[in-house]
Amino acid sequence: MLYFSKLRILFITLFSLLFILIASSNLFKVDDGFFNKKINLGLDLQGGSYLLLEIDNAPVIEQKLQNLTTTIRNYFKDKNIKINNIKINNQDIFFNVPDENKQSIIDTFEDENSDINPYYPRFKSHQLILEDTGNNFKVSFSKQGLISLKTSSQDQAIEIVRRRIDEVGTNEPNILKRGNNRILVELPGLDDPMRVKSLLGKTANLTFRFVTNNKDSFGVEKLKYEDGIEEASVSKRIIISGDNLLDAQPKMDTQTNQTIVSFSLDRVGAKRFGKATSTGIGKQLAIVLDGKIISAPVIRDTIASGSGQISGGFTFQTATDLALLLRSGALPAPLNIIEERTVGPDLGQDSINAGMIALAIGFLLVIIFMFVKYRIFGLITNITLIVNLFILLGILTLFEATLTLPGIAGIILTVGMAVDANVLIFERIKEELKDEKNNIVAFDSGYTKSRTAIIDANITTLLAAVILFFMGSGPVKGFSVTLGVGIFTTLFSVYFIARLFTSIYVSRNRNKERLI
Amino acid sequence: MIAFNKYYNHFNIVSTFLIVVSLVLLIFKGLNFGIDFKGGTLIELRSTDEKINVTSLRDKFSQMNLGDVSVKKFGNDRDYLVKFENKDNKKNIIEEIKVSLDKSFGNNFNFRRVENVGPKVSAELLKSGVIAISLSLAIMLFYIWIRFEWQFSLGAILALFHDVIVTLGVFSLFSLEINLSIIAAVLTIVGYSMNDTVVIFDRVRENLRKYSDIKIYELTNISINETLSRTIITSATTLLALLAIYLFGGEILKGFSLAMILGVVFGTYSSIYIANTVLVRLRVSQKTVLREDDGNS
Repeated sequence: MLYFSKLRILFITLFSLLFILIASSNLFKVDDGFFNKKINLGLDLQGGSYLLLEIDNAPVIEQKLQNLTTTIRNYFKDKNIKINNIKINNQDIFFNVPDENKQSIIDTFEDENSDINPYYPRFKSHQLILEDTGNNFKVSFSKQGLISLKTSSQDQAIEIVRRRIDEVGTNEPNILKRGNNRILVELPGLDDPMRVKSLLGKTANLTFRFVTNNKDSFGVEKLKYEDGIEEASVSKRIIISGDNLLDAQPKMDTQTNQTIVSFSLDRVGAKRFGKATSTGIGKQLAIVLDGKIISAPVIRDTIASGSGQISGGFTFQTATDLALLLRSGALPAPLNIIEERTVGPDLGQDSINAGMIALAIGFLLVIIFMFVKYRIFGLITNITLIVNLFILLGILTLFEATLTLPGIAGIILTVGMAVDANVLIFERIKEELKDEKNNIVAFDSGYTKSRTAIIDANITTLLAAVILFFMGSGPVKGFSVTLGVGIFTTLFSVYFIARLFTSIYVSRNRNKERLI
Repeated sequence: MIAFNKYYNHFNIVSTFLIVVSLVLLIFKGLNFGIDFKGGTLIELRSTDEKINVTSLRDKFSQMNLGDVSVKKFGNDRDYLVKFENKDNKKNIIEEIKVSLDKSFGNNFNFRRVENVGPKVSAELLKSGVIAISLSLAIMLFYIWIRFEWQFSLGAILALFHDVIVTLGVFSLFSLEINLSIIAAVLTIVGYSMNDTVVIFDRVRENLRKYSDIKIYELTNISINETLSRTIITSATTLLALLAIYLFGGEILKGFSLAMILGVVFGTYSSIYIANTVLVRLRVSQKTVLREDDGNS
């Protein structure tokens, strides 16, 4: 057992050196592709923002249902079925039909090739569920229908979020889906999280509509100006929307000395805009963003060029942000920031320093303790501990793992617990030496007999780390990674490195008494 | 040899007392949940002006209409931790606070950390935390059930519950904050406590096979003594490492390392005085382990 072949020694040495090399690449700049890997610092160490956004799908569902009522009415009108009393109530559509048409409605909704009720063969489900309540029909989204609706609005939203963040120009943002209605945004090293937050918080739904004096409530809505005090009646008919924009830029109007946002329209938009401005000279055209009027200029001339400008008392910053929002497009639904964690860069640096000091001191204390307690075998343990630490860092580097503050705590804890296996072995050997005069035999059986306890002890810790990895979030996950990886590196260093040193020492002192 | 077994009864009373007190505290006083689990907003501020003190800052915050605000010093004289519920989940609250602080104190505050957890997320985090701890206990139970006879499993699990409950009891007693990292600490404690118990149990089982004439009361004591130096050394090095984190690792890791320190102390104690006494009370004998061997072969 104590015998190590030359090949094995070579393998252990090379393996350890390799990881020491990889780990040390964190300290130096190396151009080689393999060695320039680095441990990623978590947001809590390098500073940055973690934002969890939730998509508020209620308006999307509302809108879909609104469209659906029109679709249903028109579809059955073509089939000479009269739909009566169609109305939306609490995310359900209700309507009546004459009794003789009931079956035809049911058939249409249950047809797998239905025009109005898409079928998902993969989930064996329709988008909509039709229920006959007795006195009317009730149409609602099926579970699968809701999921596909949410997924598609998530897909759109993540695209818009990505565009907006790219426009701000932060380095290496991380934008991920979470569930079917959330988006996770990680922004490392961000200076001004408030700006990004305010950019992501806006739907940026832009519409151009006429201001009317028509008091008819149908087709007209009362909207407030940005200041929140003044109001105007605005037609619901949309002339152009944000979808028609090709570009938007902040500009300085040299005549009025105001900051404005100039925009250019696509062909369809330009045509409509030209028509509206030619027929509507003298009227006010309201520019509405997210349900608030930015401004409502009076049309003086026909604008056929397909470009225009928005003024509204902007500062340069607000104009820049509005232009950015318009360029990147509207979100399908409002986003709410439901979780935010922002760490400033100086706190991150402080945490790194504190973590490193704690690591150094913890390491030193353990090393001194082990040397005082075990002398030569303490020295072996300590060498093992150092190599162990390097291999651990090397593996984290190799996989470019993210190191967080709790992750550093995990490393320190690994240092403390890593001696356990060596101690179990050495204490066992001590016991064996009481009855066994032959050093080599005693060492052998010490290793063998302590094995089950060591494996048990490490599996229990590993199990805890694995659970934490799957259940934990953010920085805590970093802790589970270092703790878990630390167990494997500990076992490697104990059974290969420490045993190698032990075997060399014991073979040389095979006749010495009171060896340990 | 130290006669640990002489005090089995005494310490069983102590443990029972500790568990009862902890449970009473947990039920009637409850835990001081941080914003991770309660929702709300946390701001870590650093002032660059030495004249600013915690009272003036507290007054300022109480005028801001944020509801119940707690302002505390954090580590040193210049750092403050501000917490409030943010019930209405106002979007621009941080901006408003910044403006308001600048107005009163000049531009003397550095926002080092901002955390805002909505009510939905905090409820989810709490749920997943509870699931994580329950799951880890269940898995440990399963593992020990495979590895040992049921008497041993019962002892290990009782020790485990003792450690988790008493650690949380201490957190309740001193109103220490429970946040995500405490969950991590509790899970690690579960692993550590198990580890410690298993090492002693391993020895008990080995000795049970070896000696047929020694009663379990004596046998556990022999096993505890044989593994004692390992228990002491491992606990000592782990505690040294944790102490380094506690003292030098910064304010953020304080709660985590404190929970771990408590856990290691209780874990070491419970392996000796709870896990083993269960074996004694259940009159485990050589038959217990030999029967198992027959069953396996």
